[in-house]
Amino acid sequence: MPPDDTHLAAHRYGFGPLGARGPLGREELLAELARPGAARLPDPLPDAATALRRFAEARAAINQALAEAVAARREAEAAGQPAPARTAPPPPSAVALLLLPEIEARFARLLSGEADFTERLVLFWANHFAVSAAPGGALLALVGPFEREAIRPHVTGRFRDMLQAAAAHPAMLAYLTNTRSIGPNSPAGRRTGAGLNENLAREILELHTLGVDGGYTQADVRALAEALTGWTIGGPNSAAPGRFLFNAPAHEPGPRTVLGRLYPEGGEAQGRAILEDLARHPATARHIARKLAAHFVADDPPPALVDRLAATFQETEGDLAALARALLLSPEAWAPERRKLRSPLEFLIAAVRTSRAAPSPQRLAGMLANLGQPPFRPSSPKGFPDRSEEWLAPDAIKTRADFALELAAGFTGDPRALAREALGAALTDETATAIRRAETPRQGLAILLMAPEFQRR
Amino acid sequence: MALPLSRRRALLAAGAVLFGAGFVPRVGAANGRDPRFLTVILRGALDGLSALPAIGDPAYAAQRGRLSLEGAALLPAGDGLFAFNPRLARLHALYARGEALVVHAVATPYRERSHFDGQDVLESGLARPGGREGWMNRAIQALPPGERLPPPSGPRGLAIAPTAPLIMRGAAPVFSWAPQFTDSADEDTLRRILAVYEARDPALATALRIGAQLDLEAGARPGRARGAPESAARFAEFAAFAAQRLARPDGPRLAVLSVEGWDTHALQGPLDGRLGSLLGLLDEGIGALAEGLRPVWAETAVLLVTEFGRTVRVNGTDGTDHGTGTVAILLGGAVRGGRVVADWPGLADAQLHEGRDLRPTTDLRAVIKGVLSEQFGLSPAALAEGVFPGSAAVRPLAGLIRA
Repeated sequence: MPPDDTHLAAHRYGFGPLGARGPLGREELLAELARPGAARLPDPLPDAATALRRFAEARAAINQALAEAVAARREAEAAGQPAPARTAPPPPSAVALLLLPEIEARFARLLSGEADFTERLVLFWANHFAVSAAPGGALLALVGPFEREAIRPHVTGRFRDMLQAAAAHPAMLAYLTNTRSIGPNSPAGRRTGAGLNENLAREILELHTLGVDGGYTQADVRALAEALTGWTIGGPNSAAPGRFLFNAPAHEPGPRTVLGRLYPEGGEAQGRAILEDLARHPATARHIARKLAAHFVADDPPPALVDRLAATFQETEGDLAALARALLLSPEAWAPERRKLRSPLEFLIAAVRTSRAAPSPQRLAGMLANLGQPPFRPSSPKGFPDRSEEWLAPDAIKTRADFALELAAGFTGDPRALAREALGAALTDETATAIRRAETPRQGLAILLMAPEFQRR
Repeated sequence: MALPLSRRRALLAAGAVLFGAGFVPRVGAANGRDPRFLTVILRGALDGLSALPAIGDPAYAAQRGRLSLEGAALLPAGDGLFAFNPRLARLHALYARGEALVVHAVATPYRERSHFDGQDVLESGLARPGGREGWMNRAIQALPPGERLPPPSGPRGLAIAPTAPLIMRGAAPVFSWAPQFTDSADEDTLRRILAVYEARDPALATALRIGAQLDLEAGARPGRARGAPESAARFAEFAAFAAQRLARPDGPRLAVLSVEGWDTHALQGPLDGRLGSLLGLLDEGIGALAEGLRPVWAETAVLLVTEFGRTVRVNGTDGTDHGTGTVAILLGGAVRGGRVVADWPGLADAQLHEGRDLRPTTDLRAVIKGVLSEQFGLSPAALAEGVFPGSAAVRPLAGLIRA
């Protein structure tokens, strides 16, 4: 790594320098990996079970208010009077109660600069095991706990632990509708005629482990789906309300074969064993290695880098701290050319830091939605796109310019100094000149935030 | 016919204050037509029986109860069975001129009742949720190649949304555009940023140039905009923008807009309540579409669809719950309209789907196939295998478009 390119480290593996603190270099990033608890969010947020309970309560309150409004309207109609105006404020929505605090906590963490590389890794893994609040309902309550419970604890741990936690988390089970997957030959299946669905099994194979070219067949998808029947969320009166529950009467009985290996009948343990082997599979190592390299370094990463990361993954049996370290220690990871376009979230966090602006979390969330990356709401289990060209839509880039000017509003300092602070040696002559010639400090700052060397990392 | 070079330059100069506009290939149909197609997705499950009440059905009033529109100043559909909700006056005017038709008791093959999955099926064109691409994008891919004018050329598809919705996702490139909740950046700043891009980053330069042009044409103005692109209150505005883009000789040929808010579980108010207001706003947007598309009206078809219908009977909160059969509306100068197309199943208890919903008797894919076939000349094979995979058994509804 070039000796002075701490700026590159901060941008490519973080969110840029934090104000006047100065960028963190590679050594600090490596040290972060060794710090215990670096991935933990300090905020007191509810676990999945508690969040689900609060969601049910919020919904009941809203329904109650609605019933009262309907009754009042009917009474008024019967008496031939106009409907009464609402007096009490409406009860808070699930979004306000449960999702917004999660969004706020996450923004605060990202803007704090306390664990930039770790947070980049959290975003990567949360997008890899993507769940979404887009369908609404209980998912509004579950997506925040999912990231905190299934992803963060394992970001510098073991892949197999993250996989097991993510596949069994209520958010994943709800999002991929595994709660409705019933073994046709299980007692519940025979009784109700309900069948299984392959959502969770397919995404585990296609997205989470082997990858679409990983060599599995439709028969493997089906077999894994059968193994995962019974993996559900405990109801309010169950042994595990709001938490993972193995519902044996819904489990498709029998042994099954996945990727040529036979797994004997064994209830929940059957699915667990299959996941263990998927985590260890060489195709998984290659799939993860390529995704990681593509996310941080280049859309089409150098094969040597991918090979090295895959080998590390295999040799360490999925040690994710070792993997991240191997990435930071690879020469390809420090290619000076900045090619990856920052995602909207990376751009906005970096822009807020550089501009010293203080948008509200709601405003930031709105900006992200406008740029196509609404917090906790990817549009599919594939998560948000990662290739630069997918974020390069004309409208999105123009909107970044609008937001750059908004964040720069009220800035009266010296944008040239900010440019040196933010970019170091990466600042190009063209950008420096454009900033110098700006009509106002605000315009100069907006030009900095939109500069190619700020947009790409 | 390619435009002569000088004329192209004149258009560039006239239309593009600061930034070059993109030319797009014409959809050169064999008969020389240059058809336009716009889909409006009504998200939330529109109550078809409130938009087009089956007022002549003997069971209608009893089944609909408090939601019955009997006695309201309905607009005639000319067949005694159906009528138009009075809030849809502009749509009715088009209908009376033979430029709109309604398909009733129609639904996708989806039979559950989740908005998310229902819209997924509506947009993917598949029989089950889980699709990754949309039928409009596949239709674009199936179009015969038009004449290609030199770069920069733009996509044939336009989505009024922050990112392309599922219906427009796929291999064919598509523009998406959405208004922003912020002051639009001033031209001078944009010009300076663009200068840096042109020196250093061609991809960003192209993106910014086109993005700024789109915003210019949308009349993006300083001052905060209220309401997301899918809000009914802004439908007329976005409909006008989409229409303006589609009407351009060098603009997209297929576009999609969404309007949400149709999920009337409570206090439905089909006449002067919540649904009535929404229908009124929809009608305004329909007016804006007709106005904006006037230069190409004879070649235009606009399809309004929703993921499923609602229960026939009112629920405990003066609304309706998720149902099945509903309406699809087709309008435009290219449409052979003035009629309601329906194989009407009836509204008596025994005739309802699962005892609660309007039973669908037409597959929505048949309607869309019929439109795509006659608007764009797509073959039945292309439609059955390419655009709507697995739909060979669904025959295109013929005669929706004028020859």
